[in-house]
Amino acid sequence: MSDTAERVKKIVVEHLGVEADKVTPDASFIDDLGADSLDIVELVMAFEEEFGVEIPDDAAEKIATVGDAIKYIEEHKG
Amino acid sequence: MRRVVVTGLGLVTPLGGDVETSWKNLIAGKSGAGPITRFDASDQKCQIACEVKPADHEYGFDPNKRVDTKVQRQVDPFIIYGIDAAGQALEDAGLTDMPEEMKLRAGCSIGSGIGGLPGIEKESIVLHERGPSRVSPHFVHGRLINLISGQVSIKYGLMGPNHAVVTACSTGAHSIGDAARMIKDDDADIMLAGGAEGTINPLGVAGFAQARALNTSFNDRPEQASRPYDKDRDGFVMGEGAGVVVLEEYEHAKARGATIYAEVVGYGLSGDAYHVTAPHPDGYGAYRAMEMAFKKAGMTPADIDYVNAHGTSTMADTIELGAVRRLFGDAISTMSMSSTKSAIGHLLGGAGAVEAIFCILAMRDQIVPPTLNLDTPDEGTEGVDLVPHKAKERTVNAVLNNSFGFGGTNASIIMKKLD
Repeated sequence: MSDTAERVKKIVVEHLGVEADKVTPDASFIDDLGADSLDIVELVMAFEEEFGVEIPDDAAEKIATVGDAIKYIEEHKG
Repeated sequence: MRRVVVTGLGLVTPLGGDVETSWKNLIAGKSGAGPITRFDASDQKCQIACEVKPADHEYGFDPNKRVDTKVQRQVDPFIIYGIDAAGQALEDAGLTDMPEEMKLRAGCSIGSGIGGLPGIEKESIVLHERGPSRVSPHFVHGRLINLISGQVSIKYGLMGPNHAVVTACSTGAHSIGDAARMIKDDDADIMLAGGAEGTINPLGVAGFAQARALNTSFNDRPEQASRPYDKDRDGFVMGEGAGVVVLEEYEHAKARGATIYAEVVGYGLSGDAYHVTAPHPDGYGAYRAMEMAFKKAGMTPADIDYVNAHGTSTMADTIELGAVRRLFGDAISTMSMSSTKSAIGHLLGGAGAVEAIFCILAMRDQIVPPTLNLDTPDEGTEGVDLVPHKAKERTVNAVLNNSFGFGGTNASIIMKKLD
């Protein structure tokens, strides 16, 4: 697993209080990990903080799975 | 007429993370006071408080027992204490797994005096230093006072009335009184009722200290700082925690074979219409709240065995006592009256509910908790058993619990053992 993926996973586990092995790239934040829309806003803020990227609202709305988040960060981090 | 009884208890206090630990330590005469550990208080006038102890402490509180870690991250301490105390009360009443139709008739009335002040303080610094886009999306609903009732109703599926009282230090008493009326009025059969507070943060401590309400002269002797009725008292010691009871309609409780602790028989409310922080010097508001509670209960002061006083360890103590003296007359010599704030500090919005639970336990165990540090009783305390230093075994069949708050808001509750 890439460094980005590891760090994303750690943030998700901390914020959503879920088991680490459930945080797979295919896992949907809402359907599989019990997040609501506010949790996603908070996760996006945490990703921005951790990776120094800016994730605009329209991009954030398209992040549905853990893999979506990792992909976006990989493509946009400096 | 529908009668209201208490069938479950839950406590998070500076003396324990549950009912029995808190009560055992209270009766043993322990103090929950100590130097403030939550933050560096070295620049504060008041550097002591009665904090809820961490999980690894001998009588600490473990939030992981009943509150999801995700919720813990999103909300202020007062909500965590409230959820846990409500869970304890439901477990004690045997109501964690109610059928759907019972849940439709079960509600929440759990308030707070101040609410999420630590979170407001913290997030306002984030806003100031890093801008609006860094403010947490959980900021609002993690600080709102009615979010104990909200969270508890979601966790346990309670679909009846969802209410939250905000009357400063009378919150806990008003919460119980109002909820009892909802049951009497047939709005619900079961109500979780109580209060919580968690404001041991720099802004909370500084604010009360600046209002000259907090004790500032015992920073080197925290366990001696809360001394209601003592000549050397000079302000309250801030406490934190929560108290929640299960109130239930009597026939409903009887039909399911519930353990009944007590009946809520009297509730009185009044306003001082005098000053924002100081009580009316004649204790007129306190007098009228107690008088109304007796009228509703159909009882007289001679029926009361124990009074849990508001007694905050401020100048107001003797004003309350004066009002009690006028109302009780000769009956003052046969009852005992103590302030448990001497041991756990002032839980503000949680105080009335926590103290109502101590009253119920006094009836259960036939013992009244002490007023600690009452070394030199002040003038005006003559002829009253204020239970100095040590708990006292005695007959306790009926109790009066007083709560008074900033803004001049007064509440009195009378409970008795079931006939």
